[in-house]
Amino acid sequence: MASTTTTTTTTTPTSAAQPRPAEGAASSPRRSDHAAPLIRVQDLKVEYLSSRGPVRAVDGVSFQLKPGEVLGLAGESGSGKSTIAQAILRILQPPAVITGGSVLFGDQDVLSMSDEELLAFRWRDVSMVFQSAMNALNPVMTVGMQIADVIMAHEHVSRSQALARARELLEIVGIEANRIDSYPHQLSGGMRQRAVIAIALALRPPLMIMDEPTTALDVVVQKEILAQITELREQLGFSIIFITHDLSLLVEIADRIAIMYAGQIVELAPARELFTNPLHPYTQGLMSSFPALTGPRVKLTGIAGSPPDLRTPPSGCRFHPRCSKRMDICSQVVPQFAEVRPEHWVSCHLFPESTPPLANARRAAEGATR
Amino acid sequence: MSSSTIDTATATAASTTADATGTPNVMEIRNLTKRFPVGGLFDKREVHALEDVSFTIPRGQVVALVGESGSGKSTTARVLARLIQPTSGQILYQGRDILKEEPRRASLHYRNEVQMVFQDPFGSLNPAHPVKYLLERPLKIHKTVHGSDAIQRRVEELLDTVGLRPGSEVKEKFPYELSGGQRQRVAFARALAVEPKVLLADEPVSMLDVSIRVGVLNLMERLKEDNGISFLYITHDIASARYIGDQTNVMYAGRMVESAESRELIDAPAHPYTKLLLSAVPNPHAGLRTDEHISRGEIPSLVNPPAGCPFAPRCPHVMPECREAMPGITHIGPRHWVRCYLHGKGDASIDGTSAAATAAD
Repeated sequence: MASTTTTTTTTTPTSAAQPRPAEGAASSPRRSDHAAPLIRVQDLKVEYLSSRGPVRAVDGVSFQLKPGEVLGLAGESGSGKSTIAQAILRILQPPAVITGGSVLFGDQDVLSMSDEELLAFRWRDVSMVFQSAMNALNPVMTVGMQIADVIMAHEHVSRSQALARARELLEIVGIEANRIDSYPHQLSGGMRQRAVIAIALALRPPLMIMDEPTTALDVVVQKEILAQITELREQLGFSIIFITHDLSLLVEIADRIAIMYAGQIVELAPARELFTNPLHPYTQGLMSSFPALTGPRVKLTGIAGSPPDLRTPPSGCRFHPRCSKRMDICSQVVPQFAEVRPEHWVSCHLFPESTPPLANARRAAEGATR
Repeated sequence: MSSSTIDTATATAASTTADATGTPNVMEIRNLTKRFPVGGLFDKREVHALEDVSFTIPRGQVVALVGESGSGKSTTARVLARLIQPTSGQILYQGRDILKEEPRRASLHYRNEVQMVFQDPFGSLNPAHPVKYLLERPLKIHKTVHGSDAIQRRVEELLDTVGLRPGSEVKEKFPYELSGGQRQRVAFARALAVEPKVLLADEPVSMLDVSIRVGVLNLMERLKEDNGISFLYITHDIASARYIGDQTNVMYAGRMVESAESRELIDAPAHPYTKLLLSAVPNPHAGLRTDEHISRGEIPSLVNPPAGCPFAPRCPHVMPECREAMPGITHIGPRHWVRCYLHGKGDASIDGTSAAATAAD
């Protein structure tokens, strides 16, 4: 299954000024298809090639996304969450290469797409909202032109038609249409982020990847943007992969949440289930790292230690050096990602489903040290 | 543990008017104003970064300063650290009028007693030197420890205090060999080297990974309990302010609009801005409440702002007088005050707006 593809791409979709893609590229699954998952990521592996050996930033990540669903991807810096986003869009920069796995968008294999197919796929099928709106926007171009640029790059429309749609898009994201001739520096931080969302919405893609879209914003503005995103999704019905380090934010916006640690998903569950009943010790540790706003003021413990160096990841379960519930097996055998409750997946030896059968134990241990 | 400190805190009570000797406040800030000039020769304008900010730091307590970016939190810390000169106002340190006694620059003694920890541990530690060099510097400059053996012992002791063990190994490392949390602990160790009485911590955890933030917050709590250090804890995270802050002050657009014991501030917020801030904090227990009134807008421009309360343009309860003048301080509880006409005109004698304005040029 894991057809090894090695890809390096240097084009980025932020500069929407790309040549028009070939017409009639493979048809993409639009919202009509309800039963099948919108996107299927299988055993994805991404390595950063460094002089001191490869760093496996994403190691065997699998998940699916249903149409209209919001999947939250949470993890600390370096856990691989942004790398996954870039792998799905195939915008990883050279030292990073996809070394295994597959990304299926509908029936299209994203990892085997040609450059031309990618041009059609990016933005039309999957768009992205970046963390820093200031860096994502072109400072010497009006926001209206930046939105129109995306539209003109992908569709046969005149400049005035594109600008008319840019106007509509600005209103959809809550910016007055007369700001169309404003330059990014004339907008506030919140408005810039809204403009970036408008660009991502321009082609009405069925999937939007949002990489820390509110991290640079103040809480009040963050709240407004989240409410806006929720409203837009209800109106337009797109799916979202929402990447953040802020778990409390995900509980508000996501349908399901995947927790990442050291390049792997360690737990995946519906948002409320994950919040009320976290099973993995890492998730539990994360939960006890946030001071609560209400309730009794209790002493928090956080998680001892710090995330591992991925050049030399710990054997067995990667979390075992920091885990308070560590057992002997944890440093020897890699736990399997298993469904231990309905729709609640976890990889931790505390759950028998996660421990591979004894016959496989030795092999798994060898696999871990490889 | 923290409840006991709150009890003693309530016993000492808040009194912005408490005087020189015997004051429970290690620092008292009165009517602090800072304006930055902007614009050219014929277009002189001013950024009103701080307007008439008054608050106290009681001995052995953590005072949190919360607010959005641009609200003046960091400017406050920098003025208190004497990194920038205020336009007007008073800083009373242990009852001494510091700006009067040391007008040009802070004395070595003041810098010894009031230390600062910065937000970004990746930027605040010199990457070219090992940890021991970074920690030796303050010891040598302030001449608190003499002799190289004693200095090395002190360096290891400092690393031990901030939870970096074994100190003999850690001190040989360079900043790049340490994780973000470890670096921030080194930054704390460096500030502690001269045994300060007050630590000004400017967003000390916001650059750190979530799983290690609590560790640094707990370190601050421990330094407060064990070493009796008073803290100014600057943050945009009001939940963490409640976690370690005894008292929480809320800033908006260069003004301090409310101050209360941390728990009371969250349970019974008085200023409309504090309420807005609290309603915006992600709350996993409640879900996204999109139905409620969300105040649009952001902090107004601080360049020559109009008269009155800076929150007026966003305030759901705005009244005509709000646009005319900023209200003074109204005490609504033993350690709780607010500057909002909804709660009264406030005490004009504490309000130093006019004095600040005349001193501006």
